[in-house]
Parts: sequence; C-alpha cells; structure tokens
Amino acid sequence: MDHTSTFERIVRGILIGLVLVFFLFPIFWIVLMSFQTNETILRIPPSIVFEPTLSNYSALITGRLETTAGNLDIAFMKNLGNSVFLSVASVLVSLALGIPAAYAFARFRFRLGEDIAFTLLSFRFAPPLLVLLPLSLYFKQLGLTNTYIGLIWVYQLICLPLILWIVRGYFEDISPDIEHAYRIAGNSWWQTFRKIAVPLAMPGIAAAGLLAFIFAWNNFIFALILASADKQPVTVGALAFVTASGIQYGQIAAAIVLSIAPTLALALYAQRYLVEGLSLGAVKG
Amino acid sequence: MSSELVLKDVDKIYGAGAIHAVKDLSFTVKPGEITALLGSSGCGKTSTLRMIAGFETLTNGSITLDGRPIHALPPAQRNVAMAFETYSLYPPLTIGENISFALKAQKLGQADVGKRVRDMAEMLEIGDVLHKYPSSVSGGQQQRASLGRALVRPAGLYLLDEPMGQLEPQLRAVLRGRIKHYLREHKCTTILVTHDQTEANALADRIAVMEGGVLQQYATPAELKARPANLFVGTFIGEPPMNVFPVEVRDDGKTVNFTITGSDGQSLAYAAADLPQAVRTRLQSETALMLGVRPHAVHIGRSGLKARVVTCQWLGDQTHIATEIAGRTVVSVSHEQITAKPGETIALGIAPHDLHVFAAGTGAAIAHGAELV
Repeated sequence: MDHTSTFERIVRGILIGLVLVFFLFPIFWIVLMSFQTNETILRIPPSIVFEPTLSNYSALITGRLETTAGNLDIAFMKNLGNSVFLSVASVLVSLALGIPAAYAFARFRFRLGEDIAFTLLSFRFAPPLLVLLPLSLYFKQLGLTNTYIGLIWVYQLICLPLILWIVRGYFEDISPDIEHAYRIAGNSWWQTFRKIAVPLAMPGIAAAGLLAFIFAWNNFIFALILASADKQPVTVGALAFVTASGIQYGQIAAAIVLSIAPTLALALYAQRYLVEGLSLGAVKG
Repeated sequence: MSSELVLKDVDKIYGAGAIHAVKDLSFTVKPGEITALLGSSGCGKTSTLRMIAGFETLTNGSITLDGRPIHALPPAQRNVAMAFETYSLYPPLTIGENISFALKAQKLGQADVGKRVRDMAEMLEIGDVLHKYPSSVSGGQQQRASLGRALVRPAGLYLLDEPMGQLEPQLRAVLRGRIKHYLREHKCTTILVTHDQTEANALADRIAVMEGGVLQQYATPAELKARPANLFVGTFIGEPPMNVFPVEVRDDGKTVNFTITGSDGQSLAYAAADLPQAVRTRLQSETALMLGVRPHAVHIGRSGLKARVVTCQWLGDQTHIATEIAGRTVVSVSHEQITAKPGETIALGIAPHDLHVFAAGTGAAIAHGAELV
C-alpha cells in the first residue's frame, strides 16, 4: 500500500470520516445533553447553542434530584461504585480461574477436556433469562440473593468463557518448545508457566480481561433480578431516571458520560497492549 | 561433565495403543561420545530424543544418565541441555540474552558470562546479531542462537535436534567442524537427531539407524557402510544408494555363480577360491538372496553383466552412469570421465569383496564381501 494516489487518500479520508461521525456523533450529542437542562434538550428545533449547566452532574454526585414534582434521592454514585466493584472483582476472579484453565486446555489432552471447554463456552449462548429464573430460586435458598458474592459468581458466566477461550488461543500460539527450553534449563513447571507462558500470552490476557470487563460492566439482566437497590450497578440504577414527573434526559446523559468514562479510560490505556499483541503475532515463526 | 547414557528396552506408544513410535529400544552412549539418531521422518528418532529430555513419558523401559535413572524426573532435574529444531528462543529477549539466559543458574560473574556468550557467538558466527531480537534475524541465525544456548551451558548430556537444518551448505560444513571440535574438547556426551547422513557421518562417533521405531543398527559410520546389518541400512546409508537385485546362487565346486533373477541367465561368476568356504556353505543353504553393491564398486569393463545405459553424467569430479538390467536400475560411480550413450550396452564388473549378500525374506545380512556376518 505504498503507492496510493491523492484521490485514493481523499476517498479513504472521507470514508473514515463518515464512520467516525456515525459512531462518535451519538456520544458527542450525549456529552452536549449532559450539560443542558431538560427544557433546552427538548426544544424544537434542537440547537447546539445553549447555556451550559453542571446541575445534572451535581445532582448525580450529591444524590439529590430536584424535579418539578419534588425532590428525589438517587443512588447513582453508589451504583457507579457497585459497577466498578462488581466488574473488577468478577474479572479478577475470572482471570485467576481462567488463565490456568486456559493453559490446561491449550497444553494438555485429557478425558472430556473438549467437552468441558465447550460447556463453559455454552454459557455465552444460553439465553440469560433461561438461567436466571431457576438460579434466582437457588440463590434465595442459599442466601446469595442481593449479595456481592452471589453477583460476582453469576458474572463468571459472562467473564470466564471469554477469558478462557481467548487466552487459550494465545497459549496455543506459543510454541511448547519455548517452554520446554526453559524447563530443561532447570526450571520447574510452575516457574515456566509464570515466567514464560503467562508473559508471552499477556497481550491476549489483557485483551480478554478488557473485553470481560466491558461485558460485565454493561450487564443489566443479572443484577436486575438478583440484586436490590443497594447492590445494583449503573445499568440497572439508570432506571431511576424514569420518574413520575417524566424522563430526566439531562441526568441520563450525565449518568451515561460518567458510566462510560471508566471503560473508555481502560480501553485507551489497554490499547498499547492490544497493539503489542498484534505485533507479537507478527513476530512468530 | 561427560556422562554415560543408557537406554534399556524403551517403548513409546501414543494414544491407546494406536501408534507404536519406539519399539524396545536399547543403546548406550559412552561418556564424551557423539551419537547420531538417523532415520527418515516418523522413524521414532524425535520421540526418543523427547523421552530422554523428559517431554514425553516412557511406556516401558528405563533411561539412566551416569547410573542415575532419569526417566521419571522432570526435565529440570535431568542435567540435560537441548537445542530445538524449532529454535524456541524467548521472543522478548535478544539473541545475546537468550544465550546468556542459559548461564543464569550457574552463578557466574557478569564478565565471565559475557565472555562465554561472545566466544560461543563467535564460534557460531552470530557475534554481530547478539543485540538483536529473534524476530529480526534470519532462521539460520535463530537456529545457531538456539544451538549456542544449548552448548554454552554445562550439562551431562547434550541433545541436538536437527541443529543445522536451516543453514547454508557452506556454513554448515564450517560449523560441523567447529561444533565437533567443541564437543570433543569439552568431552560432551551428545545425541544428535538428523535425517542428513552427511551430517551424521561428519559429526558422530556412532550412528543409530532407526526405522519404524526399531533400531536397525548402531555402529560407527565406517562400519555402517562396510557391514550394514540389513537391507534397510544397506540401502539407506550411502549416496547414491546401494544397487540391489535378487539373485540365485549356483556353486559347482570350481565357480560360484550369482544369477540375476529374471535376466535371461546373466550372472556374476567368481572362482570358488575368491569366497571362503564358510560363506559358500552358508549361501548354499539359502534359497532366495538379495545382492547389494555400492555404486562406486560397480566397475565398467570388458566382461561382466551386460547392461543398457539409461543416462550418463559427468559431474566434474565423477561420472554417474545409470544402467538397466532386467528392469532394475544399476548405478555406477567412477572417478574417471567416461562417455557412454544412452541405449548402448556396457559390461559391469563387481569384485567379490564388494558384494553384500542379504536374505531376501528378512533382509538380514548374510555376508559382506568375503566375510560371513
């Protein structure tokens, strides 16, 4: 692709521009909305000229929503905290369980190995509601309803298969002889796993962890059914903005901005790992 | 540093009896000796090497290094160094770091490590790429780095899996000499796995020829060529390969006739005195025989087997003539420049001491030249 004409470059620029507008405009509009009151948001025709206000953000952060119908307490910051805690904890648990499991599936052939791996993957394509209804009954009996432990456990259904299957692929791409070379040089199996296999699969682990985090963060249905207000993440908490006196568009926009901020920051940070992952792939062979 | 390796009755069966890769393998590598495992792909040589290294379990048998059974130990505790066919360098480390990495456990000073790595790199001609990463050097350089990583470390046994497969022929010839010298100097007990008999001949003290998971013969390169244990070894070792044809023997007390089966009575006749009585007696007791003759032992002369020339090539230092007798190709190699036209009939003579006689059924050797096996 060294010889591209000016025309090609222009066309490419326009096409990339269109894609960017398509994906970024909604986010841009939401950011604008988050600085407006409900009145300016709903005026016809819409305009991007307005007097910015921080009232939406202050309402979310202080937890007091003032509407024409009266004052309403919202637990948005608590929800945000729950989201962070649930997602981080689930991904960490999944990594702790998934990386050794992925290694085992990649390196060893054992009885029912493929069946177990496939069963774990099947959690991803079972409709969540199908699982949830019986699960909510079990959880009630076990006393796990509305507990962080219960939620983190259920979140494994989202995180574990992702991490297991992505990381497994990365382990399979590493030549076993690299590990053999390290082992024969006087290192134990565990040292080899820690010093050779995991670092070489790190781009994959980072990518899988990031994806799992995003999926966990965006999950709605598990928390809706298995948790009540004080344990709910933002996805469920956002329902509170549909109030008796109307839908609080400004606060919803501000809540969206606040809730996508952590995943966005994480994605930007992890980008270099993803790029490293791609270049490592090119290095092999 | 040099240790004795003993393999005893080693069996390797993969899966539930599906593939019997190595069958009842026993051999001993003496301290400081270089042994080559030679064979075609799938002959069990790599499985054998991996069992010695500890990456495969033994189905049966034992492996001892210096009297210590090692077959149940993890690779780390076997005191074995290995160069991998797939190089297997650590991608995040430079070539130099990869080689010095092997010395980490030795608790040597920085300067000492540096010197050893430089010496090794110089021997293998990779001194100029020590600071580069494996991904940015050629396959041949990676292979030499992998070899260096194995050789630089003191170990009881060195396992080299096709260590020079990726190198250019000239460099390979130079490095063979240097590596052999290095292994000798450090009295390294070494097992070399290769499918290249030139490499095995050049490097090894003894060669173990394997086929179908079975050890065919374990002997010095000269012995393998002069006294192949069976038809397989006879035809596998040597370039161009040994000429083989089925014969019937007739011994009337004065002359011994080897008549080529299906050739209208063409035969090689020798005076009875040329072959010892023991050989003659033995030959008379055999019904079906295979006669093997090395191409350089087939001489073009005035008398002998009548053969039709198929091709004749002067290679600059030797003439290769392919001829046909009774539908079988017979190759003759001569150091003189000979011209023969395709279709022409020439006479091929073979001296009695150049004959290799094998049993047709089992392929086992019966006699080499004038000696009974």
